[in-house]
Amino acid sequence: MVQAKPRSTVEAAVTPVNRRPKRQMPWPLNLYQTAVGKKWVMAITGVIGMGFIALHMFGNLKIYLGAAELDHYAVGLREIAYPILPKENALWLMRGLLLVSLVLHVHSAFSLWAMNRRARPMGYQSKRDYIAANWASRTMKWTGPIILLFLAFHLSDLTWGFANPDFEHGAVYNNVVASFERVPVSILYIVANLALGVHLYHGAWSLFQSLGVNNPSINWLRRGFAALFTAVIVGGNISFPIAVLTGIVG
Amino acid sequence: MVTLDARIPDGPIGEKWESHRFNMRLVNPANKRRFTVIMIGSGLAGASGAASLAELGYNVKVFTYHDSPRRAHSIAAQGGINAAKNYQNDGDSVFRLFYDTIKGGDFRSREANVHRLAELSVNIIDQCVAQGVPFAREYGGLLDNRSFGGVQVSRTFYARGQTGQQLLLGAYSTLMRQVGLGTVELFPRQEMLDVVTVDGRAAGVIVRDLVTGEVSSHAAHAVVLATGGYGNVYYLSTNAKKSNATAAWRAHKKGALFANPCYTQIHPTCIPASDDFQSKLTLMSESLRNDGRIWVPKDPADTRPPNQIPEADRDYYLERMYPSFGNLVPRDVASRAAKRQVDQGRGVGPKRNGVYLDFAEAIQRLGRKEVEERYGNLFEMYDRITDEDPYETPMRIYPAIHYAMGGLWVDYNLMSSIPGLFVGGEANFSDHGANRLGASALMQGLADGYFILPYTVGDYLAGLLGQQAPGTDHPAFAEAKRAVEEQTKRFLGTKGTKSPDHFHRELGKLLWEHAGMERSKAGLEQALRDIPALRAEFDRDLRILGTGDSLNDSLEKAGRVADFFELGELLVRDALHREESCGGHLRIESQTEDGEAMRDDENFSYVGAWEWTGDGQPQTLHKEALTFENIHVAQRSYK
Amino acid sequence: MDLTLKVWRQDGPQARGRFETYPVPGISADMSFLEMLDIVNERLITEGVEPIQFEHDCREGICGSCGVMINGKAHGGHERTATCQLHMRTFKDGDTIVVEPWRAGAFPVIRDLVVNRSALDRIIEVGGFISINTGSAPEANMLPIPKEVSDAAMDAAECIGCGACVAACPNGAAQLFTSAKLQHLNLLPQGQAERWQRTVAMVETMEEYFGGCTNHGECQVACPKGISIDFISYMNRDFIKGKSINRRLGGQGLAK
Repeated sequence: MVQAKPRSTVEAAVTPVNRRPKRQMPWPLNLYQTAVGKKWVMAITGVIGMGFIALHMFGNLKIYLGAAELDHYAVGLREIAYPILPKENALWLMRGLLLVSLVLHVHSAFSLWAMNRRARPMGYQSKRDYIAANWASRTMKWTGPIILLFLAFHLSDLTWGFANPDFEHGAVYNNVVASFERVPVSILYIVANLALGVHLYHGAWSLFQSLGVNNPSINWLRRGFAALFTAVIVGGNISFPIAVLTGIVG
Repeated sequence: MVTLDARIPDGPIGEKWESHRFNMRLVNPANKRRFTVIMIGSGLAGASGAASLAELGYNVKVFTYHDSPRRAHSIAAQGGINAAKNYQNDGDSVFRLFYDTIKGGDFRSREANVHRLAELSVNIIDQCVAQGVPFAREYGGLLDNRSFGGVQVSRTFYARGQTGQQLLLGAYSTLMRQVGLGTVELFPRQEMLDVVTVDGRAAGVIVRDLVTGEVSSHAAHAVVLATGGYGNVYYLSTNAKKSNATAAWRAHKKGALFANPCYTQIHPTCIPASDDFQSKLTLMSESLRNDGRIWVPKDPADTRPPNQIPEADRDYYLERMYPSFGNLVPRDVASRAAKRQVDQGRGVGPKRNGVYLDFAEAIQRLGRKEVEERYGNLFEMYDRITDEDPYETPMRIYPAIHYAMGGLWVDYNLMSSIPGLFVGGEANFSDHGANRLGASALMQGLADGYFILPYTVGDYLAGLLGQQAPGTDHPAFAEAKRAVEEQTKRFLGTKGTKSPDHFHRELGKLLWEHAGMERSKAGLEQALRDIPALRAEFDRDLRILGTGDSLNDSLEKAGRVADFFELGELLVRDALHREESCGGHLRIESQTEDGEAMRDDENFSYVGAWEWTGDGQPQTLHKEALTFENIHVAQRSYK
Repeated sequence: MDLTLKVWRQDGPQARGRFETYPVPGISADMSFLEMLDIVNERLITEGVEPIQFEHDCREGICGSCGVMINGKAHGGHERTATCQLHMRTFKDGDTIVVEPWRAGAFPVIRDLVVNRSALDRIIEVGGFISINTGSAPEANMLPIPKEVSDAAMDAAECIGCGACVAACPNGAAQLFTSAKLQHLNLLPQGQAERWQRTVAMVETMEEYFGGCTNHGECQVACPKGISIDFISYMNRDFIKGKSINRRLGGQGLAK
């Protein structure tokens, strides 16, 4: 008695919403073909971003030591690993790493967002009432683009200079003061940093989950770490425009 | 005329299964692929049986009316599973488990079946642990045990209060493994509505797709029913709402004998009903009786809150009446004792329909943490339903219908009186006699599924080698299919005024009153008059809205309730004919002077198996005599 | 108490659904939520309206059949409570209760409040088991398992497969279900032989049907068994390992 294999009607009604990749790419690219792998990449690139943001903020604290110190620090950045490497090479390597991280972070975020939309084509028709999902976790998809747009402005303003009429290459201290003396720029900067804070507050906790760093003895630290990290970064960053506007710096 | 041959192998009790396994015919691996076996139901017996048969190489089709095999009601078993491992070194053995089960069943079960069950109990634990069932463990990493009602050793393995869930998930996982391998074809949301027989043998089934209403035929060389018990005939029971007897009953109407329908188990520790809208009763695991103490106030007029009633004014009646077993007497004994307390007006709670189950002493002795560890989830469940915290105030419990010992008659091979139709788990009658001991249902379901059916079904199939099995084009299939479709049409066409639930509730009330915990000749005769009257009203006044070609809960219920009517009537008839008290069946005419159940071995030491003789006709009784060669038959005593 | 029920009605998988409003007077606070629906259905039948189809079975919170969104929260949003265990005493007289089916691409509505959750079974069938044939098991006490490990496995194994995690997740992800199923087996010594293979297979199947996790934590508060998102993080770790390590040297066999 040979019979064809009829699948039941119920089963047939459920079709996958995401296509499985046709071809497995070689390791480690195959990780990036999966959502869990993308989250992992997002966490690692997030950690790289956090490292950058932290160093950036701490370095910039030199502004409180005066123009000479800050400008000298900027020169120092270009001379990292000099004379082993030619000047600026290490800096460009770091820039390259940051750029790749940024691209991967944004791309994985976007593709997960698309996947999640496919996973629920018809949303709830009544009002959702979230219990645990907080404002930070649910606004990642908004705070992310805000930070990205701000980043473009920030680079134009203080790295390339074309968004800053008083820009002068190498005069970091003066450029910062000139930029922040424009009140709208300072406001934009503060708002963007608040968005960054919201993004970090979820991201700096979430990365532990995505990376699988979970141990009952340290779990209590994870939320605290995220909160502290966010507070320090945002506090430090926001202090700069405030210091300029109030005349403490400048 | 059906002859009842239990096909019990010869030889000493301890060697019967061993020699029978040798004597059974085998099917060679190449031939196994040629056979198709249909499994109806995906609970413990069904899932384990289907997976094991598929592992052997048979083609297996599994049908369940649930959306997933994992929903079967085995999942709700709480307390545990027995096995004669003797890990506690407290004197347990296969023979003791055998003895306890026979005695617990009030000497109304087959010795050979029960001994086999006790032998296989140890393999079940091994199998389940290997599957990853997270049984409770001691700090040394070895398996832990607890004790259960009706026995004096600790042989019950458990996984918190969710043993049934974990065992079912284990069986489900092995089943799903076979589904993934393509050896089992799974048909969820399909309800079996008839067994098809050709030349007296089971040839397949008729099923209805609950989503589309499509009725289809499936042919096979053998059909196994693992469809659970019929406790829901009482409407209010601890069974799941969808649990029903339809598959077993339709098989009965096709010629399978139905054995001992009056043996229904009343579980002593359920949450008392709180009002008329109650849809089901919730069971609290019997394991609670390990540490909880049952009492009622001595004075029926005592209205103080329980924790203000001093020790001197409490009656720990089980400890008083049965000093050696105390709170751990078997279920039937505990249930009746509770009923008597309530009947004497000493019931507690707002409706005075319960007795106290008190953990104050256990919390003092073990500490709250340990009690939480053992019973936390049960306490939580109780709290949620009653809004009372059992850590602070004693629980209130009352007996409720829980399990059906009766079921389709099967021989030693678990084959019904229809050749090729096997019955496993609660759906058969075989192992528990007139009363099931706690933690034995899981054991029986898994023994049937993992270790018995795979052999005995093979033995049957070996005899079919070289024969062409009838396909679904055989006229018997068309006829059965038409009958099923006509029934659906009839329900939809009745256009009365009342829902199937209404009739089910009324039937349940009737049965509980006349054929519940205590049964009398007059009451049973009354029920025999009332049930057909209610049935006639059902046929006339049923209202099913909607159509037969989409998901229609009421339509499904209608078919099940119709079968419950017939089954209920048979249950009453069986109870009426059995003029003795045994296990869960208590006839008030047959009691000792101090109110204990009294058996009549001289006249009733047999299995009562009923044969369907046609619509509206009373069934014919067949008797399978029970002989006890290894256990001295005595009046049970738990004093 | 007198309530108003606003409930999703949909005649079939392809039909357009809509909310219908039914007044529900005279409900007792001791009723369970499903008993309230029973009563509504009895009344609807009397009025000649087709009853509301909803999934239910054991009514004691273990079979995982029931489950609807109640006022925007899966199972009504009470800690460790399935819909069947939700009692009407948690509502107030005069409340309007909005009831909607689970929504996810992999959970198409069959009728009214009933959805098809068979995608969860698909995840199990690719690896949610320990491959052991009946009869080949060693003696149960051969393998001591630390109580803590066994307890942790049990914490995961408690999952009832109701789908509330998917329903509650803003992304429609099934990570809590999958990770609970995985870690139940991955934590136990018996589950080690197939650990990496199982993890990769189940996660990849899950991703065919469901969304991705962004660590909202909404699933664990919706879960009627209180399963922790810690298991998701273990799953993530096992998945990356499973994709990366040399399984031959680990003695674990090659992936399929």
